[in-house]
Amino acid sequence: MSGHLFDKVWNRHLVVSPEGEPPLLYIDLHLVHEVTSPQAFEGLELAGRPVRRPELTLATMDHDVPTTGLDKPIADPLAAAQISRLRANCAAHGITLHGLGSIEQGIVHVIGPQLGLTQPGMTVVCGDSHTSTHGAFGALAFGIGTTEVEHVLATQTLRQVKPAAMAVTVEGNLGEDVSAKDLVLGIVRALGPGGGVGSVIEYRGEAIRALSMAGRMTVCNMSIEGGARAGMIAPDDTTFAYLEGRRHSPRGKDWEAALDDWRSLVTDDDAEFDHEVRIDAAALRPAVTWGTTPAQSVTIDDKVPDPSSFASPAQQQAAQRALTYMGLQPGTAIRDIPVDVVFIGSCTNGRLRDLQVAAEVIRGRRVHPGVRALVVPGSARVKAEAEAEGLDKLFTDAGFEWRSAGCSMCLGMNGDILAPGQRSASTSNRNFEGRQGPGGRTHLVSPAVAAATAVAGHFTLPGDLS
Amino acid sequence: MTGVQRIAGRAVALERDDVDTDQIIPAAWLKRVERTGFAPGLFGAWRHDPDFVLNRPGAAGSKVLVAGNNFGCGSSREHAVWALQDFGFGAVVAPGFADIFRGNAVSSGLVPAQADADAVARLFAALAADSGAEVVVDVAARTVAVPSAGLLEPFTLPDFARWRLLEGLDDVALTLRHEAAITAFEARRPSWLPAQAPAGQSSR
Repeated sequence: MSGHLFDKVWNRHLVVSPEGEPPLLYIDLHLVHEVTSPQAFEGLELAGRPVRRPELTLATMDHDVPTTGLDKPIADPLAAAQISRLRANCAAHGITLHGLGSIEQGIVHVIGPQLGLTQPGMTVVCGDSHTSTHGAFGALAFGIGTTEVEHVLATQTLRQVKPAAMAVTVEGNLGEDVSAKDLVLGIVRALGPGGGVGSVIEYRGEAIRALSMAGRMTVCNMSIEGGARAGMIAPDDTTFAYLEGRRHSPRGKDWEAALDDWRSLVTDDDAEFDHEVRIDAAALRPAVTWGTTPAQSVTIDDKVPDPSSFASPAQQQAAQRALTYMGLQPGTAIRDIPVDVVFIGSCTNGRLRDLQVAAEVIRGRRVHPGVRALVVPGSARVKAEAEAEGLDKLFTDAGFEWRSAGCSMCLGMNGDILAPGQRSASTSNRNFEGRQGPGGRTHLVSPAVAAATAVAGHFTLPGDLS
Repeated sequence: MTGVQRIAGRAVALERDDVDTDQIIPAAWLKRVERTGFAPGLFGAWRHDPDFVLNRPGAAGSKVLVAGNNFGCGSSREHAVWALQDFGFGAVVAPGFADIFRGNAVSSGLVPAQADADAVARLFAALAADSGAEVVVDVAARTVAVPSAGLLEPFTLPDFARWRLLEGLDDVALTLRHEAAITAFEARRPSWLPAQAPAGQSSR
């Protein structure tokens, strides 16, 4: 049957399509964490319902775990209670939990792929909007709310209205100092914060095919910042090479059968999309956000925009409000903006590849005096692999803090936060007001720009460093 | 969950696009393990501004929030819906909603009423003229009215969402009517798909 990648994955998960109701979609993998699950487990218990498929469910703790002092009790009593609730819920329902202290603990969207659990053609959900990350493997993966978490725990299905299909085609090649993060910030700028609402994006084109799996995950991760339900990339040899030999990847004859199946997960030439967006890769430059949505970005060569330069009164007001919050003047060169804090980590850019890129930039250099810089690996395994390569020493020698795995300063739940008025260069995914702490001012950048900025004390490129 | 037929009361006008769920309920509040107790955190940072719409006289006790486009973007936290409900809101009227927020709203019985941008502009104008005006959201009729201003605007709400809101249905129970189909589907899944070994927790 002809169709897009999204159609093919959607259709193979239809359990039933009752008249007058949205269809039920089967869920192959349900990732669970401490923050959006306690009320769901409570709902199950109140209704006396079991978890239908605990073996298709995997839990970890990431959102409010500490990233230092893991040998000590968790200091925040609310976080400690939430974490102990997750432990109790997993034990009661027979759900595997990769808790603090496990080599497999980490950010949900880092550990799923790392374990080989995220595979082409699967459906993956989690009570977290950045579940779109897993679409990098040609899976249909999206974030859900807590009531839906309960629904998946109880039924292993979700009732879903079928989203529209959108193509984002990135033609040409990225420049040498332009990363997947710069690409997705450019895509989100083109879409606007709500441009993808109601759609699943398929990322296509030469520049997408050239990305590593780490880069593809960075792109799919931020689909939600353009409002999209999910982002997907058709699996190819890059995908298969990443998956081969991982803990949960198929083996032997199963691997061959899986490969045959996965190779069919491509968009057919005659398939039509509901919406299409084209991006010229060669026109992109390293991106820096200046506002309070991820769509408000410019290139590092630009200046802070003048609100009057925007088309509609609503955009002008939004830009003015954002500049006031961010403490920025129109016309200021991005490179002239000093930062207080540099954060390298998150489900967007907390993988080994991201840390390697940042480490290369800071090798033999020092963090600028007055700048606080921290690296928070995306998982305990990423941390261990980085340490095996000596990256921890490169970072600490340069003056970075080297932390344990978690979401950390991406959303500031665990006490890793900006002080009011502090300005960060952050490799995370959201620059909403107060996202990294009340009054904090976040600029989203790539790992390379974050590392160079830590050295210079203001936004800069690695190539600009002496 | 109880059914929602009609919401009537004062409204708060929040004339901004792209209001994200980090603003609706800041992350510090997500450590709660209950579904209630979020009202003090609603728009927590913005409420430090004495002029913020929720701090105006009459805002307390309001039933309807009228907001700009792409309301509820960002994080999937259903706590955003619970916080709005805890404050007393039964409906949000906006030109558009983020997908996850819209789903969460219907799940928890908060009406996400999507009206044309022009209609929402007329609601803002009516509320600017009379901030105490009664606003009526009728779920069955899919209309939002400001009777004192003579406004009656239709809104969009898919049939199934409307039915769930009106009846206050338990979605899991609805799905479990199809348990035989789920079991049959499970028998057809390829054997190579990943699964966890019978559980174990990998650490403390």
